[in-house]
Amino acid sequence: MDLTSINPILFFASLMVAATPILLAAIGELVVERAGVLNLGVEGMMITGAVIGFIVAVSTGSPWLGFLGAAVGGALISQVFGLLTQYLLSNQVATGLALTLFGLGLSALMGQGYIGIKAPSFPDLHLPILSDIPYLGPIAFQHDPMVYVGLLIVLAVWLFLNRSRAGLILRAVGENHDAAHALGYNVRRTRMLAIAFGGACAGLGGAYLSLLRVPQWTEGMTAGAGWIALAIVVFASWRPGRLVLGAYLFGGVTVLQLNLQAAGIAIPVEYLSMSPYLATIAVLVIMSAGRSPGSLGKQFHAAR
Amino acid sequence: MPSQVWAWAAPLMAVALTMLLGGFLFAALGKNPVSVIRTIFWDPLFSEFAWFYRPQILIKGAPLVLIAIGLSFGFRAGVWNIGAEGQYIVGAICGAAVALALYPMDARWLIFPLMVVAGALGGWVWAMIPGVLRVRFGTNEILVSLMLVYVAEQLLSGMALGAMRNPDGMGFPGSRNLAQYPSAANLDLIAGTGMHWGVVFALIAVIFAYVTLSRHLFGFQVRLAGQAPRAARFAGVNPARMILLCMGISGALAGVAGLFEVAGPSGQISIDFNVGYGFTAIIVAFLGRLHPLGILAAGALMALTYIGGGIAQSQLGLPAAAISLLQGMLLFTLLAVDVLTNYRVRFGRREVA
Repeated sequence: MDLTSINPILFFASLMVAATPILLAAIGELVVERAGVLNLGVEGMMITGAVIGFIVAVSTGSPWLGFLGAAVGGALISQVFGLLTQYLLSNQVATGLALTLFGLGLSALMGQGYIGIKAPSFPDLHLPILSDIPYLGPIAFQHDPMVYVGLLIVLAVWLFLNRSRAGLILRAVGENHDAAHALGYNVRRTRMLAIAFGGACAGLGGAYLSLLRVPQWTEGMTAGAGWIALAIVVFASWRPGRLVLGAYLFGGVTVLQLNLQAAGIAIPVEYLSMSPYLATIAVLVIMSAGRSPGSLGKQFHAAR
Repeated sequence: MPSQVWAWAAPLMAVALTMLLGGFLFAALGKNPVSVIRTIFWDPLFSEFAWFYRPQILIKGAPLVLIAIGLSFGFRAGVWNIGAEGQYIVGAICGAAVALALYPMDARWLIFPLMVVAGALGGWVWAMIPGVLRVRFGTNEILVSLMLVYVAEQLLSGMALGAMRNPDGMGFPGSRNLAQYPSAANLDLIAGTGMHWGVVFALIAVIFAYVTLSRHLFGFQVRLAGQAPRAARFAGVNPARMILLCMGISGALAGVAGLFEVAGPSGQISIDFNVGYGFTAIIVAFLGRLHPLGILAAGALMALTYIGGGIAQSQLGLPAAAISLLQGMLLFTLLAVDVLTNYRVRFGRREVA
């Protein structure tokens, strides 16, 4: 094995790429959970976004339209979850699982004719001056635009939650939905909007996998990324800033693991491939101290 | 108080609704909806070749029922073990390991029971990881048990390609075929009926669960912990013990299910050994209202969709994914229809709040 074959610049650069799909899905779920809803269907929404994004991008030739389609698709399918949990008052855990199972089936069906096709290419952004900084340039400023879109969304969510009135209402709904209701805020509508946002972000994350990271469509290609995103929300203690840290940490483990595989370490590939999941478990164990939003996962019924 | 009538009518209505929605789906795929639905739900039972398909219902249904029975304890008590797929895989690996280690010894009286114990232990251990982490560190058992599914899948391919690879297999991945090793094989007890040991265990599990839930203190505590957690604490129910017991039961049953599958119908540890029974069993558990008898019926129905789906795939060219979509839809419609169980629909009369 030759560890020197791992190029640090390349390592950190691919870390950012590996972290982006998780980051996108996780930031959406963070908003959903801050609104007091536990949507376990991230995996299902992600894979739906992956297939829709891929189909749209291949048929129009435009990756941007693909991402748009994925966001719309993710938001639409999330509304099924919203309708069931918010209006028909179904159990959120069970409904989230149903969404995942449904999404996996739906995506496999939709993607049938698209296996083995390559996604249209999405050129990397080349920021003047910034990209030319030695070391830092290739690591941080020579990526596809979606890497930065993801970070901008995180920033926007942070501003929204901490610096805007609407964000305050959303947090109130998540902390204590009865009190928010008594103050005259529309709990259901707030939550439906949050769920739609979560779906759109998960869709973007999925499309990032099928359009940029892999970049082609294969059945079940998310391989647990949606669940890891859920874990990273817990790791982040529901705070956007820590979410970035969590996603990049996870990206680091993934890339390191891939690099070790390529470097020919004496551990079989299968055991190395376990590491992102084991790392997620470790992170959950260490970080389970965070306080979750007060009304997380509870049903809201205005008449009670 | 939830409606007793709707509690049992809702699953039936959900199945009917799913058939209707599935009909639209099949029509959209360019198939004749009536003939597809007949192929899935009718042909395996009553067609000309039903004698061939009926045993399959037992073979596919047994693991589903075994796993779902285990899950139902936890789901009732609010312990969400959704990693049954991983426990199923590890149970199969452990059970197969015993058989492969003792190959080619000729002692069925020793080897087969030992395999069952190893399978149960393997599943139990795999389920104890999220259980203990939850009790000790407050870690979310949903996420941990699910992460362990992916770990178990990697372990499975590691085993199929490495430690358990058949030395006489000419380099192909996959272990020796246990179904051809008389001391370890889990074959039909009565030839041609599909009635293997897994089916027997599934029926025992149903009876055991029924008695436990309706007659035993533990069953009462499970129901109490789910319906009124606060009251349960006052009644002296230890939450940590409840979590560990529920995880343990579901893990052990999933592990046994995996063992019976690997020793019989599947025959070997291979990369694609698991086919998602652990996840489908979640649907089975909910569709059966977390009630043992309901689960038995739901397991049979879900087995039907697997077999009928297979027939529709080969005869009508229906994509395999359409069946998993149909199964996902079933859970969705069930959860949607359930609103009628808990709430009564009233028309008109809107009171001022």
